[in-house]
Amino acid sequence: MALAIASREVDGVTVLGLSGRITLGEGSVQLRDAIRDLISKGQKRILLDLGDVNYIDSSGLGELVSAYTTARNQGATLKLLKLTKKVHDLLQLTKLYTVFDIYDDEASAIASFK
Amino acid sequence: MESVEEVEAAADQMAIEAGLDEDQRFHIAMAVREAAINAVLHGNEYDPTRKIEVTIENTGNDLKIAIADEGRGFDPGKVPDPLAQENLLRGTGRGIFLIRSLMDEVHFRQLHPGTELTLVKHLAPAAGKT
Repeated sequence: MALAIASREVDGVTVLGLSGRITLGEGSVQLRDAIRDLISKGQKRILLDLGDVNYIDSSGLGELVSAYTTARNQGATLKLLKLTKKVHDLLQLTKLYTVFDIYDDEASAIASFK
Repeated sequence: MESVEEVEAAADQMAIEAGLDEDQRFHIAMAVREAAINAVLHGNEYDPTRKIEVTIENTGNDLKIAIADEGRGFDPGKVPDPLAQENLLRGTGRGIFLIRSLMDEVHFRQLHPGTELTLVKHLAPAAGKT
């Protein structure tokens, strides 16, 4: 299954709910386009809900990093919500766990932007 | 990219038949996917006239997956460390690291032309077997 992205607003934060795979040729380009679109519209607070991402490869990890740096370079903040075990383990393995601000519950994540 | 999906699915099927658990299957599928992508993209440079050759073998002790491309070859020792602070925010360069981390052994062999990666996952001895 390719990547599906659902966007909603919560207290000034855009929550992108991702479900499916973030891999080369599948979800990576969709995620990149979604982030660029939000930033071009001036959105400064972005929360990626990865709770339904069941597979990510090195290209997908790279796309998460690119999303983070793109946001930061434009004065926006990007955080992660609800990692599956597979994604959690890969972020730890690659030390990207130290890069991202990661939350298990949405209320805490939204509050952290204030 | 279809060939990558096929190789990943074939390796996963062998892992299932070898009785590996879900975590081990994920590690193998991901490592094989990364190796196959490297072979198609970086090895064969997306040239449709170049092929990748894949061999999957269950020796009883190990699951071995060999993936060979027809590219110019590369030196695995020159791959930057993706865990180094200065590389953490790079968008690429994690494939070889993941392959090495997820498999028990990884061997590189230069071909003429090309590169062959052999990925090895050790199989636990069967219960009751001495």
